[in-house]
Amino acid sequence: MHTLTIHNLSAQIGVQKILHEVSLTVKSGEIHIIMGQNGSGKSTLATTIMGRQDSTVTGGQATLDGSDLLALAPHQRAHAGLFLGFQYPMALPGVTVSQFMRLALRALCTARGLEFKSTEFNAELQNAVSALGLDQSFTQRGLNDGFSGGEKKRMEVLQLMMLKPHFAILDEIDSGLDIDGLKCIANALNELVRTQKTGVVLITHYPALLKTITPHFVHIMSSGRVVATGGEELARNIAEHGYAQFTTI
Amino acid sequence: MPNSPQSKPTTFSPSAGYAAGFAMPERAHAKSPKGLTREVIESLSAYKQEPAWMLTARLNAFEIFKQKPLPAWGGDLSKIDFNDLYYYVRPDERVQQNWDDVPADIKETFDRLGVPEAEKQFLSGSGAQYDSEAVYHNIQKHLTDKGIIFLDTDSALKKYPELFKEYFVTVVPPADNKFSALNSAVWSGGSFLYIPKGVRVDLPLQAYFRINTERMGQFERTLIIADEGSYAHYTEGCTAPAYTTNSLHSAVVEIVVRRGARVRYTTIQNWSKNVYNLVTKRAHVYADGLMEWVDGNLGSALTMKYPSAVLLESGARGTVLSLAMAGDGQHQDSGGKIIHVAPHTSSMIISKSISYGGGRASYRGLVKVTPKAEHARCFVSCDALILDTASRADTYPTMDIRARDCDISHEASVSKIGEEQLFYLQSRGLDEANARSLIVNGFLEPIVKELPMEYAVELNRLIQLEMQGAVG
Ligand SMILES: Nc1ncnc2c1ncn2[C@@H]1O[C@H](COP(=O)(O)OP(=O)(O)O)[C@@H](O)[C@H]1O
Ligand SMILES: [Mg+2]
Repeated sequence: MHTLTIHNLSAQIGVQKILHEVSLTVKSGEIHIIMGQNGSGKSTLATTIMGRQDSTVTGGQATLDGSDLLALAPHQRAHAGLFLGFQYPMALPGVTVSQFMRLALRALCTARGLEFKSTEFNAELQNAVSALGLDQSFTQRGLNDGFSGGEKKRMEVLQLMMLKPHFAILDEIDSGLDIDGLKCIANALNELVRTQKTGVVLITHYPALLKTITPHFVHIMSSGRVVATGGEELARNIAEHGYAQFTTI
Repeated sequence: MPNSPQSKPTTFSPSAGYAAGFAMPERAHAKSPKGLTREVIESLSAYKQEPAWMLTARLNAFEIFKQKPLPAWGGDLSKIDFNDLYYYVRPDERVQQNWDDVPADIKETFDRLGVPEAEKQFLSGSGAQYDSEAVYHNIQKHLTDKGIIFLDTDSALKKYPELFKEYFVTVVPPADNKFSALNSAVWSGGSFLYIPKGVRVDLPLQAYFRINTERMGQFERTLIIADEGSYAHYTEGCTAPAYTTNSLHSAVVEIVVRRGARVRYTTIQNWSKNVYNLVTKRAHVYADGLMEWVDGNLGSALTMKYPSAVLLESGARGTVLSLAMAGDGQHQDSGGKIIHVAPHTSSMIISKSISYGGGRASYRGLVKVTPKAEHARCFVSCDALILDTASRADTYPTMDIRARDCDISHEASVSKIGEEQLFYLQSRGLDEANARSLIVNGFLEPIVKELPMEYAVELNRLIQLEMQGAVG
């Protein structure tokens, strides 16, 4: 059992204060959903937890199993078991998906003092690619290079499946996906939670994902704060009535 | 090449006869003085026991050298002191570099690249020769059986004077530029390669480890003749730094690609950062022939090098793949030159440069399509990646199109490594240095994939080292 704890986290970008005392506790096997209007600070929360350089933490803590994440460089946070699925994944022309995954996994193994097993890697990559409904030829293409929006999102989940972190924060993993893509990703996530006990934080605008994924907690963000926390019913409430009820603080 | 020949039995290399190529005359000469004079050239030619025509050619070239101004473009050449250089050092008076005098950073790079001890000494000019005659002997027999001539250029002049005279200075005349004139006056060493009609050599022919330090020569002269329908891939250089106290390297490479023949010429240079690397490389390509230059510039203080192809007959093709890395104190001024002389000729120049740590990379290219070269096709693409604000990249593309119905296109880009891209890779568990080198590797991949495997592997390791330095 692992625990990701965000406690009273405040952060700013440049001189602009974006996050205000955000708290969130995620345990292994839990699915949390964060909803909120554009600009409410969801992505900033995610990238600040991962260690994005231009976001300055001005207060609060972020720990994984008690150890201070904020003291670590982003790659060390990854080694500690954190994963961020990006809202806008970057391309890496000239480096294939397969090469990249191999390097990332090697780095992870080295950091954890584990042995990297090449044959297992190949089989796992193949399986993950099929599970996401992608053609095997994708592994030989430059990472996200010329990929469609939906393909990029699948690539994020592919990396998640390969890296097997304790916690995954997925920023709008459902945007730009068609119905089939949505199903693939939802199934993959449910599978990860079931088998790996991954703790998942889904940042989303759309309740569509909730048809196949059942969250344990739903949080609403507004103006850089968590303004409401509840169960599945909170998401349904939002779907029917919108955010207006939460935006007046 | 930082691998020993024994570990690579599949690679060809020039003649074992090299050592015998120098008959040692009595020691009648005083040590050659610094500076270039008629006397230096005369004694060099006499020492090599050259035919009279070669001495005349050298002296004529010397006159041209004296008259030609330095190029007014490219890099800063004003610090070259022509009077303070040795132009020929006889093999018997070559001073072995003392290993203790090799700069510490070069030794460290050797260590980190995992270059074996003997090769380190060789690459730094302080090593003994390789005991590899047996390997060379087998290779030589294999080549001779096919009618291939592969010798160092001095030996070729002795053994095949007619063939030599037919082609020498026909592609790069002494008057081409000041440095081709200089090379024509004082050339020594280099490779001579003749491939007979229809003969294909599938393994790369390497100029490395030619039994003595002539390989590291300042003024190499290389001449390659690919007869009709033949094919060869010639490779030279290495990715480990080649340390030399000679501050001027000025080579000439002449290539003749006959009808339907194909020549690929791959160079990786990593001269130490005190060297001016001013090289003229050119090919004449006949009907349906193909010349492919793959040119990687990693080292030197200043490199000015623009491999070129003159497409003389219909169907001739020329390509240049140019890779440059310019770090602290370096200026890589490189690119390519294509002259379309005949109709239905095609060409491609692809250039990728990295500037970092205050380095400067310039792409300089010329595409010329003469009025007769109708239906010429040409594609030029140059991409620069700048790793920090202290570094610089420029492009100087020149297109001179004078024929009708041509298909010419040109693309250029300058990019930086974005913080977001770095963060993305770091979030996957790669530290900053690895993330940077991965981005650089990916950027260079279109050219690196054209390199022989061992070059590519070494180049990747080198990039990793440089990126660690850049971050550290
Ligand atoms: N690099 C930045 N510089 C300045 N302000 C930023 C930057 N990135 C985000 N912001 C601001 O922070 C706020 C939250 O943005 P974001 O976290 O992207 O919201 P969300 O993901 O909920 O749409 C917005 O007001 C946005 O304009
Ligand atoms: Mg967002």
